[in-house]
Amino acid sequence: MAKPTAKKPTPVEKKLVSVADTVISAAGRSRDPALSIPVRSLANINFNEKRGIIEMGRRKQERTLFNVGMAKKFMQTVLVADALAELQRANLTTSLREIYYRTKHTMKDSHENTFDAQNESDPLIEDLEVTLTALREELHVRAENAGSIVGPVVLTDDGDRVDCARLGKGGYSVPSIVEPEFIQIRRCTADFVLLVEKGTQWNRLSEDKFWRRYNCVLLTGNGQPPRGVRRLARRLHEEHGLPVYVLVDNDPWGYYIYSVVKQGSINLAFESERMAIPKAKFIGLSSADPDTYGLPRNVGIKLNDKDVSRAKELINYRWFQKKPWQEEIKRMLATGLKYELDALANKDFRYLSKTYLPKKLKERDWLD
Amino acid sequence: MRAMAKRTRKSKAAVKSKPAPKSKRELRSKAKSKAKPEAATAKTPATDPKAAEAKTPDAKPAKPTTTISAVEMGARQREISVSEFFTKNRHLLGFDNPRKALLTCVKEAVDNALDAAEEAGILPDVLVNVEVAVADGAPPPPPSQATRFRVTVIDNGPGIVRQQIPPIFAKLLYGSKFHRLRMSRGQQGIGISAAGMYAQLTTGKPVQIISRTGARAAAHYFEVQIDTKKNEPRIVENKKIDWEHQRGTQVALEIDGRYQKGRASVDEYLEQVAIANPHVQLVYRTPEAETREYPRTIQELPPQPKEIKPHPYGIEFGILLRMLHDTRSRTLAGFLAADFSRVSSAVAQQICGTAKLSPNAKPRNVHGVDAEALYKAIQSTKIMAPPSNCISPIGEKAILHGLYKQIKGDFYTAVTRPPAVYRGNPFIIEAGLAFGRGPDQAAQTPEAPAVPLAEGEQQDDDNELARVIRYANRVPLLYQQSACATFKSVLETTWRNYGVVQSRGALPAGPMVVFVHMASVWVPFTSESKEAIADYDEIRKEIRLALQECGRRLGVFLRKRERAKGEFRRRNIFELYIEEVVEACARLKGGKFPKEKLKNQLQKIALKRTGGAKTDEILGHESGPEGLPHSIIVTPEGTEGEAPVPPGAEPSNGGPPEEPTPTKETTKAAKRKSKPSKRKKR
Repeated sequence: MAKPTAKKPTPVEKKLVSVADTVISAAGRSRDPALSIPVRSLANINFNEKRGIIEMGRRKQERTLFNVGMAKKFMQTVLVADALAELQRANLTTSLREIYYRTKHTMKDSHENTFDAQNESDPLIEDLEVTLTALREELHVRAENAGSIVGPVVLTDDGDRVDCARLGKGGYSVPSIVEPEFIQIRRCTADFVLLVEKGTQWNRLSEDKFWRRYNCVLLTGNGQPPRGVRRLARRLHEEHGLPVYVLVDNDPWGYYIYSVVKQGSINLAFESERMAIPKAKFIGLSSADPDTYGLPRNVGIKLNDKDVSRAKELINYRWFQKKPWQEEIKRMLATGLKYELDALANKDFRYLSKTYLPKKLKERDWLD
Repeated sequence: MRAMAKRTRKSKAAVKSKPAPKSKRELRSKAKSKAKPEAATAKTPATDPKAAEAKTPDAKPAKPTTTISAVEMGARQREISVSEFFTKNRHLLGFDNPRKALLTCVKEAVDNALDAAEEAGILPDVLVNVEVAVADGAPPPPPSQATRFRVTVIDNGPGIVRQQIPPIFAKLLYGSKFHRLRMSRGQQGIGISAAGMYAQLTTGKPVQIISRTGARAAAHYFEVQIDTKKNEPRIVENKKIDWEHQRGTQVALEIDGRYQKGRASVDEYLEQVAIANPHVQLVYRTPEAETREYPRTIQELPPQPKEIKPHPYGIEFGILLRMLHDTRSRTLAGFLAADFSRVSSAVAQQICGTAKLSPNAKPRNVHGVDAEALYKAIQSTKIMAPPSNCISPIGEKAILHGLYKQIKGDFYTAVTRPPAVYRGNPFIIEAGLAFGRGPDQAAQTPEAPAVPLAEGEQQDDDNELARVIRYANRVPLLYQQSACATFKSVLETTWRNYGVVQSRGALPAGPMVVFVHMASVWVPFTSESKEAIADYDEIRKEIRLALQECGRRLGVFLRKRERAKGEFRRRNIFELYIEEVVEACARLKGGKFPKEKLKNQLQKIALKRTGGAKTDEILGHESGPEGLPHSIIVTPEGTEGEAPVPPGAEPSNGGPPEEPTPTKETTKAAKRKSKPSKRKKR
C-alpha cells in the first residue's frame, strides 16, 4: 500500500534529513547547533479532561553540540537519525537493538564507543519520534511481538488472511506495527474487547473458549501492553465500536496499566492521541472483589514499601481523581494487601472464566 | 586433678625432646596407652559401674609398663635451650616457608649491617648477593627452580671485634640492642643467629663471616655453627685472611629457599629499603645475575637516636617489680626519679603520696600490695609525655627523595607528624605518597593499540589499586598487610575527598603508592615475626592525620591538573564528536557534501567556546607545587619541588634533567639546590 519508490524521499526521511540541516545551517552562522526536543516527563504533560487523554506539554529542551554534558547525546542523536534514514531508503523495519548495533562503533583515534549500551540509544529514538512528530512505526522501528489476540476478527497481514478465530489456543501474535498500511481489519463480529494483563489468564480464557461464549476479542500484552496491542485495541474500539475492558492484577501497577490503556502514558504522552482509549473500563481485579467474591485473606500479598509509595503517587494523578477511583485505591491501602489475578484459582481453576467475569459483565461491575 | 598435672608435665617433656627422639617416641606411646584406661575409668562410673569394675583389674597388670614414676619423669625434665625452642618453632621468626626464609635471611643480614653502620656514624654501603647454590657440583638450576641459595651481605660498617663474632652470629638472644630503649631496626638479637641456625638446619653449612675493624687491623674469617643444645657458638674455622675491604663485615649463609619475584619478594624488600633509607648505597645482585643499584640520594646520616629511660606509663607491673629489685637507688623517690624518664623529684614525691608509701622506703622492700599500690599510683599521676629525641624519623625530605628515586610518578609528597605517645612509648608517624605514572610512561600509554571495547568492558586504568608500603623503624613490612594498623588507616581514609577513586572498604584506586612509617623505641607488632603493627588508637589516629595531610596535598595537585586537562579534554571530545556528526550529516544529506567545510566551521566554534589557546598555556606551564610543602611535581618539562640532586659521580638515574650535577654533594649544597628551583616556579 504505502511502498514508496526508492527515488522519492518519504516525508519521514525528509524530517530525518532536517536534523542534518539544523547542524549545517548553525555551523554556517557560527552558532552552536541545537535540537529542541520536547521534554518527556511528568512535569511536561497535561491531562485533557475533556478528551480524557494525557497530552504532552510544550516544554522543550535544547540539545546542543558544544556543551560538555550534551555533546555526546547530540552526536548520538545525529547518528540515530542517520540510521533511521537508512531504513527509510531501504524500506526495512528493524528493532531497537539492531539500531543500537548499527550505530555503535569506536570513534576514530580513541577508546570511546559511540554507544556503550542499548539504554543509551533507545531514548534517543523516542526523542526523535517526538521531535520530528513521526511515529515509531513510521520510523520503521518495531518492538518485540509481545502480545496475542484471539477472537472473531479477521485481519490481513502482508496480504495473508488471518482469522483469529481459527488459530487454536495460541492465537495471533500481535506485531508491533499495526497501522492500517500494514494490518487491515477485514471483519469483526465481536461485541467487546477484553484486554488481560497476564499471559496466563489470557491462556486460561482462550483455553476455555471464553471468547466464543461471550463473543469477544481477547488481547494480552504480557504486562504493560506494548504499542501494537494498545494500537490494535484502539483500532477495534474506533473502527468497530467495541467497548474495551481491562483485566489486571489488583495492585498499583495494574491500575497504572489500565490508566495507560485509557489515557496514555507519561513517557509516550505524544502517542496518546493515537493509542489512548478514553472509554476503556476497568473490570478487575478491584480491591472490593475479595469481599464480593469471598477471596480469603491468605491469598493476598502484603503491599511492600514500593507498592505503597506507588499507590500514593497514583492517588495524586489527575486522571485518578474520580471518586470511585479514590475509594478504590484507598481501600487497597487500607487493607494493605494486593491480589493477583491468579489468586482466583484458589476458588476453582475456571473461576475466572466461569464465575468471575460472567458476573462482572452481567452486573456491569466496572470502574470508569 | 592428677591427670591434669600429668598432662602439663607431658607437654613440657615434648618441648625439649628434639635431641632425644627416642624418649619422645616412648613418651608418646606411653601417653597414648595410658590415656585409654584413664578415659575409660573416667567415663564408665556414670554409665555402667560394673563395666568399670571389670576394667580396672584389666588395667592393673598393664600399670608397670604404661605409667612412669615421678622419679623417672624427673629424670627427663630439664632445661630447654632457646635455640632448641626456635629450631622447632622457626615459623615464629619468619622461616615458615622457603620463600619467606630467603627473604628473612636477607632482611636480618641487611638490618644488622645498617644498624651497625649507622650507630658507628658511617654512611652505609651495602652489597647483597643472592645466588643459586648447588649441593654437589651439579649444574645449577634456573633461579626460579632452585631450592638452595647462597646469601652474601657485605657492609662497610665498623666491623666486629674478633671475640664477639662467634656469639653474635651463633648464639640466640645475644646482642647490644635488647637492653636499652632506643630506636633501632633489630631488637632482640635473634635475627641473624636464627638465620644461621636455619642454614645449619637445612643445608648443614656453617655461617661464614669475614670482619675487619679498620685498615690497620687484620680481617678475620670465621665459620661458626650453633650448638643448639647449649645455645653456644661452635667455631668450625677461624683464620686471618686478606680482604679487599678496609672495614666492614661480610656474612654468607647457604640456605634452602625459593626465589620468586613480585609481592613480598627479596627484590621488593630491597627496593623498599632503598625508599626509606635514601642515605644508604645499596647494590643487589639477583639470582638471575642482574645487578641493581640503588644509589645514595641523601648524603647525611639520620640523627642518632638517643637512648631513653622507660616512661612510667609504658611499663608492666612485672617490669616494675624487677626494676625495684635491680635499682641502685636507695630510696623509692630516688628510684622513681632516676630510673624513669619525665619523673622529677616532685613527681616522685607525688606518686609516693598517692601510693601511701614513704618516699624513703627501700625500693627492694616494696613488693606485694605496696608494689601494686605504687603501680596504680603511677598510672593515675599526671606525667609529662616522654621525650622524643629517642626517635629519629626518616624526615620529609628523605622520604621524598626515596620515593622519587624508586617510583615513577607525577606527584610526590611526604609528611612527618610530631611525636606522639602510646602506652608511654613515644613514636612518630610519617607518611608519603607518590601518584601518577611519570611523564615518560604517561606519554606512552595513549599510544597503546586501540582495541574496540565491547559492551560491559571498561578501560583498564581504573582497576589498579594503590600500593601500600609499610615500615617500622625503617624496616619494610611485607607480610600480613591487612592486619596492620597502617593498612587499616589507609582504608579508612576517605580518599574520595581528595579526588581519588575509592570503592567502599577498598584501597584507593589509581597509580598511587602510599608510604607509612612508624618510628618508635618499641614498635608494637602483632606477632613475634614483626609483620604488622598493632592497632592502638593513638597510632591509628596519627597515621590517619598524616595520610589526610598527604591526601589534601594530592587533592590540590589533582584538582589543578584536572582543571587544565578538563579544558583540553573538552576540546578533544568535541573534535571526536564533530567528526562523527559531520560523517552522519554527510550520509543523511547524501550526494556531494562539503564535509571539510562543515568540519572546519564546527571546529572553529569549538575552539572559540572552550578557551582555545589559553588551554594550551595552562597545560604547558602552570604546574608548580602550588605552595605545597614537601612535595615534588614532575611534568614533561622537568621537576619542581624538593627533588633530589643525584650525586655527582653517578650518572643521573631518573633524576631531574635540569641543573648541573656538582661533583661532591654536601647537605648545604643540596639545600641550596632545592631552594632556587622552588623559587623559580612561583
